[in-house]
This record gives sequence, structure tokens and C-alpha cells, in this order.
Amino acid sequence: MAKLEYDENGRLLFTEEMRKEYTILIPQMLPVHFTIMRQILINEGYKCETLGGNPRQIVDTGLKYVHNDTCYPALLVIGQLINALNSGDYDRDKVALMITQTGGGCRASNYIHLLRKALKKAGYEQVPVISLNLSGLEKNPGFKLSLDLGIKMAYAMIYGDLIVLLANQTRPYEKEKGRTDRLVEKWEKELVGQFAKGVKVSKKAVVENMDKICADFAAIPVGEKNKPRVGIVGEIYVKYSPLGNNNLEDFLLGEGCEPVVPGLMDFIIFKIYNREVDVNLYGGHLAKKAVCALMRKFVEGYQQAMIDVINKYPAFRAPGTFSHLEHLAMNYLGPGNKMGEGWLLTGEMLELINDGVNNIVCTQPFGCLPNHIVGKGMIRKIKDDYPQSNIVAIDYDPSATKINQENRIKLMLANTGKMKQFVKN
Amino acid sequence: MSMKLGIDIGSTTVKVVVLDEIGSVLYQSYERHFAKVREKAVQQLEKAKEFLQGKTVNVAITGSAGLGVAKAANLPFVQEVYATAAAVNRYIPGADAVIELGGEDAKIIFFRGSLEERMNGSCAGGTGAFIDQMATLLDVSADELDELSLKHEKIYPIASRCGVFAKSDIQPILNQGGRKEDVAASIFQAVVDQTIAGLSQGRQLDGKIVFLGGPLHFLKGLRERFVETLHLDEEHGIFPENGQVFAALGAAVCSEEYAPETYDSIIDKLNNAVSASTIDNPMPPLFESQRDYDRFRERHSKATPVSVDINEYSGDAYIGIDAGSTTTKVVLMAENGGILYSYYNSNKGNPVQVVKAQLEEIYRLCADKIHIRAAGVTGYGEDLIKNAFKVDFGLVETVAHLRAAEHFRPDVDFIIDIGGQDMKCFKIKNGVVDSIMLNEACSSGCGSFIETFAKALGYDIADFAKLGLFDKTPVNLGSRCTVFMNSSVKQAQKDGASVNSISAGLSISVVKNAIYKVIRAASADDLGQHIVVQGGTFLNDAVLRGFEQEIGREVIRPTIAGLMGAYGAALYAKDRGLEHSGIITAEGLKNFVHSARPTTCNLCTNHCALTVNTFENGRRFISGNRCSRPLGKEKADTPNIYQYKLAKLLAMQGVGKGDGSRGKIGLPLGLNMYENLPFWYRLFTNLNFEVVHSGKADRGTYKLGQNTIPSDTVCYPAKLMHGQVEKLINMGVTNIFYPCMSYNFDEGKGDNNYNCPVVAYYPELIAANVSDTEKINFMNPYVGLHKPREFAKKMARFMQEKFGIHHHETVKAVRAAYKAYHAYKDDIKHRTREYINIARERKLPIIVIAGRPYHIDPEINHGIDELISSFNLVVISEDGISDILDKRPRKVLNQWTYQSRMYQAARYVCTQPDMQLVQLVSFGCGIDAITTDEVRDILEGAGKLYTQIKIDDISNLGAVTIRIRSLIAAMQAKEEK
Repeated sequence: MAKLEYDENGRLLFTEEMRKEYTILIPQMLPVHFTIMRQILINEGYKCETLGGNPRQIVDTGLKYVHNDTCYPALLVIGQLINALNSGDYDRDKVALMITQTGGGCRASNYIHLLRKALKKAGYEQVPVISLNLSGLEKNPGFKLSLDLGIKMAYAMIYGDLIVLLANQTRPYEKEKGRTDRLVEKWEKELVGQFAKGVKVSKKAVVENMDKICADFAAIPVGEKNKPRVGIVGEIYVKYSPLGNNNLEDFLLGEGCEPVVPGLMDFIIFKIYNREVDVNLYGGHLAKKAVCALMRKFVEGYQQAMIDVINKYPAFRAPGTFSHLEHLAMNYLGPGNKMGEGWLLTGEMLELINDGVNNIVCTQPFGCLPNHIVGKGMIRKIKDDYPQSNIVAIDYDPSATKINQENRIKLMLANTGKMKQFVKN
Repeated sequence: MSMKLGIDIGSTTVKVVVLDEIGSVLYQSYERHFAKVREKAVQQLEKAKEFLQGKTVNVAITGSAGLGVAKAANLPFVQEVYATAAAVNRYIPGADAVIELGGEDAKIIFFRGSLEERMNGSCAGGTGAFIDQMATLLDVSADELDELSLKHEKIYPIASRCGVFAKSDIQPILNQGGRKEDVAASIFQAVVDQTIAGLSQGRQLDGKIVFLGGPLHFLKGLRERFVETLHLDEEHGIFPENGQVFAALGAAVCSEEYAPETYDSIIDKLNNAVSASTIDNPMPPLFESQRDYDRFRERHSKATPVSVDINEYSGDAYIGIDAGSTTTKVVLMAENGGILYSYYNSNKGNPVQVVKAQLEEIYRLCADKIHIRAAGVTGYGEDLIKNAFKVDFGLVETVAHLRAAEHFRPDVDFIIDIGGQDMKCFKIKNGVVDSIMLNEACSSGCGSFIETFAKALGYDIADFAKLGLFDKTPVNLGSRCTVFMNSSVKQAQKDGASVNSISAGLSISVVKNAIYKVIRAASADDLGQHIVVQGGTFLNDAVLRGFEQEIGREVIRPTIAGLMGAYGAALYAKDRGLEHSGIITAEGLKNFVHSARPTTCNLCTNHCALTVNTFENGRRFISGNRCSRPLGKEKADTPNIYQYKLAKLLAMQGVGKGDGSRGKIGLPLGLNMYENLPFWYRLFTNLNFEVVHSGKADRGTYKLGQNTIPSDTVCYPAKLMHGQVEKLINMGVTNIFYPCMSYNFDEGKGDNNYNCPVVAYYPELIAANVSDTEKINFMNPYVGLHKPREFAKKMARFMQEKFGIHHHETVKAVRAAYKAYHAYKDDIKHRTREYINIARERKLPIIVIAGRPYHIDPEINHGIDELISSFNLVVISEDGISDILDKRPRKVLNQWTYQSRMYQAARYVCTQPDMQLVQLVSFGCGIDAITTDEVRDILEGAGKLYTQIKIDDISNLGAVTIRIRSLIAAMQAKEEK
């Protein structure tokens, strides 16, 4: 059995030995993306699993082990992990947890520490926690985010974004129910298989894949694409995770809408770009800035490639570029607004409206600090500038009830057309 | 053509409207559903049978609880705001805006210009349920509350954001003798303020306004408040005759869009939907069988005082009074600890009269054979009762409860007391209170909550609690504040949960709230080995059982759980060894009179709301004060760094060493601008600007800016910034400087030097929401003071662009600004050392208030510093001692400058025997969810007490006083040991 080793601050490390023996548990957020990412990690020689679980149990576990005023995503992520340890499905002496760490001024950077506190409270102090981050925080001998691995992860993200986007544009209109989801699964398998074979991935190969994916989705028979489109923006976890937002996408589908969910790629570019902006605003190493610019351009290059591929298919609408989002947001916020989703969130709302998606659900955990500013705080000005916009802010929380959330979303949906007959001028 | 049927199922009522072919109302009804949503709807339809039977009917359901019913019954649903708009459009065509208050929802619709409608967020009271809760608190019905309000003379400021907050404002007013009439009107005013501020969010409410919904239909006093506040005349304030059923009316109007049905099929569909229950994840039952329950009862009958009979007793006795927030408890205790007489009842909003009647009864019972040797009083109303009846001893509640618990279990190490309004938990180490946890303003799922719910569902509290005992599937209702629980119950109702399951679920949620939210415990061992539970709420067997189940350990509930405070007060009085009590005599009671008059203290800008109580012979007692000045004494000169800092910063305005030739520049005082004022003041005055800051905030500041606050859950210090900026604009300042700062100064005590997101970016929110900033030059550039050289360059460019100031001039001023900032910081540190020395010379304990720089604003701290210093404690703050120790790794990410100081200060306090730390936490501060646990760990790790005070826009200092006094009592007890 692997020996427990600690760093100079007393942090339990994930060692080289553990890499062979331990199973890494990853909390779920974006099912398509994470399925592919998990496979990449397996190919690298890690054992790992993404988690699920009964939502109520997860929330209850979270409430028990995390300060109840902490944001909801922390509660869900930590609840998921502790719940898995409690379940008895894993050998608690051969399991490690993985959690992302953004490293900004938002309290989300603290999840990993809250997780460790929770582990201590629950009596699982022997379980190492691995931080997944781009900032070089908390290194572990047994887990390294090498350039090669990083690039592969980027591919998983790109494929994930594309598949989710195409599926969202197809699912509401599919003639044969379930066909879109089957295709999503098929491509997950196909891509996972490609990664497993270990073929060296090139941009050309990725573009070819993207083209095939688009063609496959375009081939699904659909009806007329005439449903009201509803954008979902917000704090990253509740925006994406069905567990976090009470299955918001399903609810919107059920209400006869087409959900439009901006992808993950912009968020990653945003986080890289922030480092460049920091140097612009406050000074710092120009070399660091240059490296970040290089990374950003790499991802942006793929984003552009994805947009180009989608544009070949008239059935689909491509998202805007990161620089377009930035351009839109800068009329509202400064470039330095970087904590949490920062100006990107406002930018996403603006881009949706510019793309004709006037109905938007702005999701946030109850009491989310950055969203006071970039979410709720910008709605009024957006409404002034775009009177046709129709935005509802919804708070998510362990005890916020679905009924109140759905009622408010329904009000927003009633606004999509019917309410207008009552307007006086 | 067919008939039109609209059904509105809200959180508390069902409304039904039937329209004929041409749209006139044939039938309407409005009834409370007491959680039996579907049954009640069917019942009302049956009453409308004569109008509908045999005809084709267009039907639509609306309302917050209607969604689930409509889905289950497969009937059309229209969103209620839409339905209301449709009805208003049809019946009141000229309306410009609609305000609708329902059981738990508040809505506003603007018809003119761009259509906008808003509903209250998830954290907002100010609705019918809120009014019901408040009425319960005053022990009147909603109608009586209405009657009372019409006779008001004065309006008190009451926090309107949330029912829980309002309660903590109202209680002290009542307990200090405020008039019910005034409180009633103040409650309605709070609803009005909440509606206007929370919902209109900056849009002017003018033109013809229609008021709808049950509360506005039935409550004249509430109408009056709206009309007065919005300055409406009859033409512009419309209260339609059937305003309480308007959404149902709208649903009927909208029903045209859907296919008609027959009456019978509608009834069938609804009936079939009744049986559909979709509750998942029920919790385990409280008791499996009657036998389990009997055993449980048996076990809990053991901790009981010796029995005595007052008719046979003669000798010495002791009186204990617990003047709680909602109930008054009185105990007459014999020499051997037996209870001769006891009283437990609602204080009916007037504890003085209740205590008077009880004393009369006691004297009657005592006659000549029982001699009162001593009397003690505790609880919220302690001061008032002590003064009114000349009670010998007053003691803080925590001490009273500990004394009583020790009587039953000398080795008690954990006490939890859940009363009507508050929850107190404390750990005992070596016979001394070691840490105190009180429920925060936003988590008070306490006894009165269950009671209000029981009443709303049409039950007596005792019967209601019993309903849940044997329920097989208690619903999981979450563990947050009452507002959330309300909507959880609504959800459960929608899902078809039975009243029994809701009853059990409510009891369990009170328990969960206590364990996870207030105590923050993960296991029974976090509490203790010998747990004593008490307080009226634990007399509820469902709550007690839920508690034992949740922690997995058996606890002790004395049979007098509800009287423990009073019992403890009696024991305490006995311990003091008096020969004869000085309490008012039977004779004195006959002449006893009491009247209370509210007034405002104008001796300083705190403007405390005082209550002047007058007794017989002109004896007076003043309450509500924060310092001794209204009592005719000068303020104590105990050193208080909060006052020192505030005075020093407020003085920083004017032209300084410059000539002011470049005109005025305005700096809003708050958030990051507080501590950085010395920096900006020097920078701008050296550049020959005249600095105008917005001064300290007050309630008026909040009101001035409240209608532009977009997020009602942001912290109060941030909310005040709206008013601070408006203030500057109103002063005619045309240049305002309020920079964005992701980073703060790097003091080398953390892993990074961030500001919190709200502090960092609030200037951008102000620019986007306070439209007056568009008329002036509002400057909110990104600056990084942590990098002086880079900052000087950036600032020079900025000043060149904005004002044409030469590069060198700005760079020079920046250099001076850094010096001024550091000089200010050094001065605070020196002053702190000086205060510590004074404290040690005078042998006074030192309290470190650990908060943020902006907490020195009296509107933010509500005078807590002065309250602490009035107990003769020396007040210093975290920034004065944060640089003494080296940086150490923390168990949390330590990356915010202001917060790092608190960890440093806490560690330093651990090394100083005469220092204690009190942490100030702003409600809604997300970062403090992290820091509070960590600061607590640091302090408790070194055997120090942890005291946390949560502050918001409430100005009730009652709970704060308990904490401070408990802290003092614990400090003293530790010293004695």
C-alpha cells in the first residue's frame, strides 16, 4: 500500500505510487466533456471515475460537511465526493479526489480547502486531494498536467463544446425522439476510442473529426426550427450541471424551448487572457504574458476552426468568437473584472441578444459574489440598451425550491410574446 | 360560447372565478387551503356547480401552487403575472402599473414604456405570510393588526427585507414597551418599503396604480400606507372590488385560448390528480410504533425537580423570571429546588403587565407563610423588568440556562435551548461557558415558526406537532431560513405531501437548522457527551426525537424544559445568599403603574429609538440606548479605536496642503475607499483638488440609494454605496473618483492580496445602475496600489488624460500619497499599542473587533463598538495588531488582504490572556462563510472564546448584548476558577 507523504505545509500528497494503486474520483459537471476527459486520463495510466449519485443525498451530505453559507457549487461538489466515500463503493485507502481550482479572487478558489476540511470532519484524512488548475498551484509528484496532457484535455473540451452545441440545436426538433442523444453517445465512444488508440492528434485530424460530427448531426431528421430560443448563462457550475440547476435544460425543453448554452472554451480562454490583462493593468513579466498569449491563441485557433466547420452547415448556428464577446462586454465592464466569470458572463448575455436570443436565464448560486456585479448588476443596463431583452435571474441553493424557480422562468417565457399585447405607450 | 373558469392556487389560498359568455362574473370565492390544495380546489368548484354543470367550460389554472396541480391534472396553466395582466387589461384599461401582494409572492408589473414585471426573489418577505407571522408575534389576528395600525402615532424603522429580520426589530420595541398600534403600522410600512425598494428597482411608480391580492384587499391599514407613501389620490390608487381574486379572473379571461371541457371532466381530472403523490426521498419516521414512543416518554420523564406542594409549604422561596422575546416564564422555587408555582405563556406584546399579574398571584399564594428571599430575572426584557419591579439580580440568559442545566446534570458539557424566536447553544468546559452559538438573523427556524405554520394550516401547535409523530414518510424540507422553508412546504404541498408528513418534516428541519447551521456540527461528538436540551420548542416531542435521531445520541430533556431560564434565575438568586428580597412588595404592586413613550434620542447621529418607561411616582427607565448619554451621564472615556479611526478619517477633506484650484473631487466613503482615504486624500489635495467625501452613512443614505440596488442579497456595506454616491452628486460634485481594485495592498500576511469581488468591482455596478452618474464625470478606473511604480505611471497617464495634469506632478503626488497611507497605518498601530497599555494600567479587558475597514461606519456596525465600550472594555481592531506575528500557513486559501488580517489578529489574541476577539460579519458576505470557521478554529484551538456578530441593516442590539454579556460572564468565571 502506498505510503502517505506530506509536503512542508502538511498537505497530503498524491504520490507516484498512488498513481498506480489509487482510483481518482472526479465530480460531475459537464457530462459529455468529462466522459472524454476521463478517458484521456485513463490512457495516461490513471484510474479514474466521474461521480453521480442521488441529488438529495448529495445536498444533505454537503450541508453536513460544508459551511451552509458557502456557495452551492462547493456544497454539491464536496457533497458528491464525500457521498461517494460514504457509499462504500470505494476502498477509502486507495482513492483520491480531484477538484478544479481556478485561483482567482472569487471564493471558489477555496473549494479544495473546504474539501480538505470536510474530509477531516468526516474522518477521511487519509484521502489525498489533487488540484487541477492552470496556475501551477499545489503540485503533486503523482499527477502532472504536462503540455501533452493539457493539449489533449483542450481537445476534449473542444469536442465537448461542439457536440453539446450541435445536440442543443438538434434535440428540440428531432423527429425521432432520442436520436440526438444516441448520436452524442456514439461520438463520445468514437472519440474516446481514438484517444485510446493513442494516435497523435493534429489540428487537421481534429478538424476532420469536427466535420464528421457536424455532418452526422445534420443528418438527423428534424422539423422546422421555430421554437423560442432561451439562453443559459451564469456561474459555471450551476450553468452547466443539471445537479446544480435542477435540470434546467430539460425543463426548458419541456416548455417547448430550445436551450442555448454558451460553451466552456470561452471560459478557459478568459482565464488565460486574464493573466495578460493583469500585466497590462498592473505591470509584471512580459515573458509570462507572451506565454499566456501563445496558449490563448492556440485555443482561439481551435475555436475559430470549430466556427468555420459549423458555418459550412446551414442547419447550425455557430457561436461568436472570444474576441467578439470581449468587444461587446467592454461597453459595460473593464477588462480587469476577472473574478468568477467576470465580464465574460455579461459578454455572453450580450452575445446571445445580438444573436437574436433575447430570452435569457441568468443562473447563480444564492449569494454568488461576482454575479452581484456581472450578472444581476448588469441586467438593468442591458435592458436599457436592448429593450427587447428578457432576462430572469435565478438563484440556486440547497433549499431554493424548484417550484419558485420554475414559476419565475415561466414568467420570463410568458414574456416571449404573449405579454406584449398589454403594453401601452 | 362557453363558460369561463379561472382557478388561482396560491401558497395559502385558492381563488375561483366563473365568467359567463360575455365576461361578467357569476361566481367568485377566496378561501385558505390549509395545505390541502387539490381538495380545496375541488370543494370550491362543487360550490360553483350550478353555474357550470352541463355546460362547456373553458378553464385555466394559475398561481404558484397551481403549476403542479395543472400538470398532474392535465389542465391548462397560465403564469399568474400573465393572468393578472390579462385581467387588468380587460377590466381596468387605463392602468400604468400593478402591485400585487399574495401569500408569499409579491409582484409588480409596469405597462407603460417597456413592459417589465418582477417577482420577489427567493430571499424576500414583505408578503401576506409575513403579515400573518407578525400578527402572531403581536398575538392578534390579521384583522386586529389592521385595526390597530389605523390608530398609529409613530412609525418605527423595521427591516423589511425578510420576515425574520423584521421580527428581530419588532421584538425589542415590544419588549421595551412600544405601542402595538405603532408597531402594527410600522409592519405595514415595512411591506410598502420592501415592495417599492425591492421590486421597482429604480423604476418610478407613477400614473394609475392598481393594487391587487388578498392582503391589499382586506387590510385597510396596508392600503393607507401605500397611498400615503406613493402620494396617490383616488384617481391614481385603484383598489378594485374583487382585487383578491384578480389572478383567477385573469385565468378565466385567458382560458379562451384553450379547448373547452365539461364540468364533470374538470372535476374528474382534479380528483384524480389528488391521489398522485410525487414525494421522493422521504426521511425515516420519528417513531416506528406506540411502544417506541412510550419508552421515549418514560426516559424523558426522569430529569425533574423534586415535587413540592405550595399549599403545604412554608418557609423561604425564590422568584425566577425569564422575560423572553415572545413568552414570559415565572417560577417560584422552594428552598429544596422544588417548584411551588410556575407560569409559561405568551407575553402578549406587553411583558410588564404579564409579570405584574404573576407577582400578584405569587403574593396571593404565598400569603404569610412563604418568605421571598431573592429574585432574579433574565431574558430579552431583563432590564425593563428588573427596573420596573426592583428585582434583585439580572443575569444574562446563557448564565441562567447553564445554572439550571447543572442542577439536573452537574457534568453537562453541551446545552441547546430552542425558544420561540431564538436558539442558543453553548459548550461547557470546566463548568464555564466555553463557546456560544446563537442563531443568526437569517436562520431562525425556531419554535414560533412551527407555531405560525400550524396556525396557517388551521391547527393548534400541540396538535400539529403530534400529527407528525408516527408519520411514515416525513418530507425533507431543507434547513435554511424560514422563508426558504415556506417555499419548501409549498413544494411539498404541490407534490401532494400530507399534513402529517409536513408536520414531521418541519420538526426535523428545525433540528437540522440547529445542528448544521447554528452549531455547525458534523457528529454528536462535536456537541458533547452530556447534552441537555431545553426551551419551549423541545417540549415538542417530534423536535426532541428528531434531534436525537439526527445526532444519534440520547439527550436529557428536563420536564421543565420551557422554564429553565426562569428556574436558572431563581437558582442564581438563591446562590447569592440574600436575607430578604428587595423586589416590589404586594403593597407596592397595588400602586404600580407603567406607561411607555417612544422617542428619538438626538444627542448624537446614532438617533437611537428610545423608549421612556414611566412608573409610579415618576420613576423612569429608558431603554434602546447604546450609550449612557440619554441617561444624563457623559460617555465613558474607555479607549475605543473605532471612534478614533472614524474621527481621523472623517477629517480628511478640504484642500489640505494644496490650494484647491482644480476644483472639487468627490470620494464616496465605503468599501475600499474607507481605509484608502488617506491615500486618495493626499494624492488629490497635493494635485490641488478640494476633496469632498460623502461622510459617514446613516439610514437616510440607504434610502437615498435603495431604489437602484439590483441585487437584494448583496451585503449592506455595498448597498450603502448607492446612497453615498447619490449624496455626492446631490452636493453638486461633478467629478467623482471611485476606482476598481482587484488587488489590495500586499501586507505579506497572506498567499495573495485580493479584494473580495464585491469590493473590487462595485464601482462598475454603480456606474451601470445609478443613472445620475451619467450626468457627471464618474471615474472608475482599474488601479493596482500594490505595485507603486506601475501605479504611478498609470495614474499619471490617467490624470493627464482626464485633467491635463503634467506627468511629474502626479508622480510626485503619488509618492506623497503612499507616505500618507503608511503614516496613517502606523498611527493606528501606535494608537493600538497605547490603548493596550492603558487597558493594562487600568486592568480592563481588551476586545478586538475583527471586521473590515468599512465596519467602522456607525450605520454598518450599528454602534456595536460603543456598546462594547459601555461595558468598560477597551476596543481595538484587527488592523492594529495584524502585523505582530509572522505569516503562517492556513487551512483555507488565505488570499484576501482584509481577511488575512483577521487570522493574524486571532492568532495574536491567542497569545494575550486579557484579549478576546469579536468577529463582525456582514450578512451576505460570502468570504466570511470561510473566515468564520477558520477564525473560530484558531481561537478555540487556544482555548479562547469565539464570538461572532452578524450585522445587516437591522439595528437591534439585543442579540449583540447577550453575546457581549455572555462573553464577559465567561471571562469572569474563567478568572474566578
